[in-house]
Amino acid sequence: MSAPLLAVSDVHISYGKVEAVRSVSLDVSANQIVTIIGANGAGKTTLLNAIMGILPLKGRVTFGGEDMTSFDIEDRVAAGLSLVPEHRELFGTMNVEDNLQLGAFRIAKATAAQSFERVYTLFPRLKERRKQLAGTLSGGEQQMLAMGRALMGAPKLLMLDEPSLGLAPIIVSDIFRTVGELRAAGVSVLLVEQNAQAALKIADHAYVMELGEFVLDGPAAEIATNQQVVASYLGFQHA
Amino acid sequence: MNTTILLFLVQDGITNGAIYALLGLALVLVFAVTRVILIPQGEFVTYGALTYATLSAGQVPGTAQLAAVMGIVAFGLDLYLARKSLHAKRILRAFAVNIAFPFAILALTYALAGRHNTIPVNTALSLLIVAAIGLFLYRIAFQPIAHTSVLVLLIASVGCHLAMQGFGLVFFGAEGLRGPAVSNAALTIGPLSFSGQSLAVYGITVAFIVGLWLFFDYTLYGKALRATAVNRLGARLVGIRTSLSGQLAFLLASLIGAISGILIVPITTLYYDTGFLIGLKGFIAAIIGGLISYPITAVAALGVGLVEAFSSFYASNFKEVIVFTLIIPVLVLRSLAAPEVEEEQD
Ligand SMILES: Nc1ncnc2c1ncn2[C@@H]1O[C@H](COP(=O)(O)OP(=O)(O)OP(=O)(O)O)[C@@H](O)[C@H]1O
Ligand SMILES: [Mg+2]
Repeated sequence: MSAPLLAVSDVHISYGKVEAVRSVSLDVSANQIVTIIGANGAGKTTLLNAIMGILPLKGRVTFGGEDMTSFDIEDRVAAGLSLVPEHRELFGTMNVEDNLQLGAFRIAKATAAQSFERVYTLFPRLKERRKQLAGTLSGGEQQMLAMGRALMGAPKLLMLDEPSLGLAPIIVSDIFRTVGELRAAGVSVLLVEQNAQAALKIADHAYVMELGEFVLDGPAAEIATNQQVVASYLGFQHA
Repeated sequence: MNTTILLFLVQDGITNGAIYALLGLALVLVFAVTRVILIPQGEFVTYGALTYATLSAGQVPGTAQLAAVMGIVAFGLDLYLARKSLHAKRILRAFAVNIAFPFAILALTYALAGRHNTIPVNTALSLLIVAAIGLFLYRIAFQPIAHTSVLVLLIASVGCHLAMQGFGLVFFGAEGLRGPAVSNAALTIGPLSFSGQSLAVYGITVAFIVGLWLFFDYTLYGKALRATAVNRLGARLVGIRTSLSGQLAFLLASLIGAISGILIVPITTLYYDTGFLIGLKGFIAAIIGGLISYPITAVAALGVGLVEAFSSFYASNFKEVIVFTLIIPVLVLRSLAAPEVEEEQD
């Protein structure tokens, strides 16, 4: 097996004295969708933020074979890592097009033109609204814009923190379809989701997180049929 | 009061107000991008004005050397920060910005000093020198503490103001200086007569405001600055370095300060500490604009200029008192109108 694109090994993350994530290791290979499922407060957002460099961590994070544990956020972006954060963090008083253009801040102008093309094909809705201020978009449109902005930088790995949060079922299925298309286009995805059923359906590999630790991992199809998981995360959805 | 005096006062007020508008806009910009309340803005005015006056007198201003020394310190900081990953490219970039740039300016200053340079040459050289100082000031004093609270940044800002004012005294002495006017032409329309210098003030102010607007709306770096002001984390997530935005903001602020100084120094004698008072008036306008609004700041600055002109006519002893008293009702109104805000920490 080739070396993974992202390798997180033995990571601990604390807020002051409280350890929110304990001894977590995870791999994402090229062209793979990996999902982390877990209850509220399990530490999923904390983990993604630390991988992006927003929070400090103890342990090691390598990306594309390079140790980036001491990198700034901006250097991680330059290396090809991108995060769509839980709160989206759009530029609310700027329009859709400017938001997207800034997503391509680090890449050459010619490549940026292609990225625009690609993002508008994935989300035609954004093209219609390109002169509208980001802060006035609907929740679903904001989520599309957040993903679009992240994709503008042509990342190798896209981390999504609950992309379906607060969205109507039809938009959720749109978003998940898009995630699938990304893999086909050569972008790996690390997906954190409350909607475990949908996440497990498109993912290749899954980790289950409880109280700051990974308690289970394996191919997504196996996790989806694991009795413990079905009972805790999928139970009511099957009922 | 007759019409001639009235028109004269209005004209005077607008000329000063235009300068305060430029300074107020710079303060709003710097605060939005870096959360620094830029007290040393006035020192940029002084440095610009006195550097220009010194160059016009055929001497080498101390500010050129200051820029070079600050460059060396900034280079040291960059090297220290990059010690874990010493990429050749990074070092080369740091060397170009921190060493090559200020020393090239210094060399140019020595080469040109003593000759009879034209006004544009002296202006350009003064702007370069002060811009370099502004850039390095951010790099040295603010970038290392960029993540701290507004209060800590303010304290650092006051410290920078005091230090720069002290250096100003060393470089330029306690006597005031005047510089040659950009234009000696005069224009008379009916009862109004405009000096070439005040026309230059209007023209350059308007050009700068239009230029800033174009920069912020149409260039990638302008948008990146706005993005940093709107959402710092969002900006970092697309790879815009907070330090780059901060340096850009300080570069613009120092340029604006220096331009203002060069525009004023032919009209009034400037001393090493005059800039502070001028900067404070821009500050009042910026406060009236809530440190957020560019248009309110610009209008308020014109108001400050007018109040100042009329109070210097009616009660010249109380001129400054009246101008600075303006801020009290504004603060009272603002504190009543403003919702409770929590300080952003990141
Ligand atoms: N800034 C903070 N300071 C202190 N504790 C925090 C902070 N942020 C998160 N926590 C705690 O860390 C734990 C993990 O939080 P995190 O946001 O990572 O959970 P999550 O798995 O993303 O949950 P959700 O599914 O609700 O988004 C929680 O117990 C939370 O209360
Ligand atoms: Mg979360």
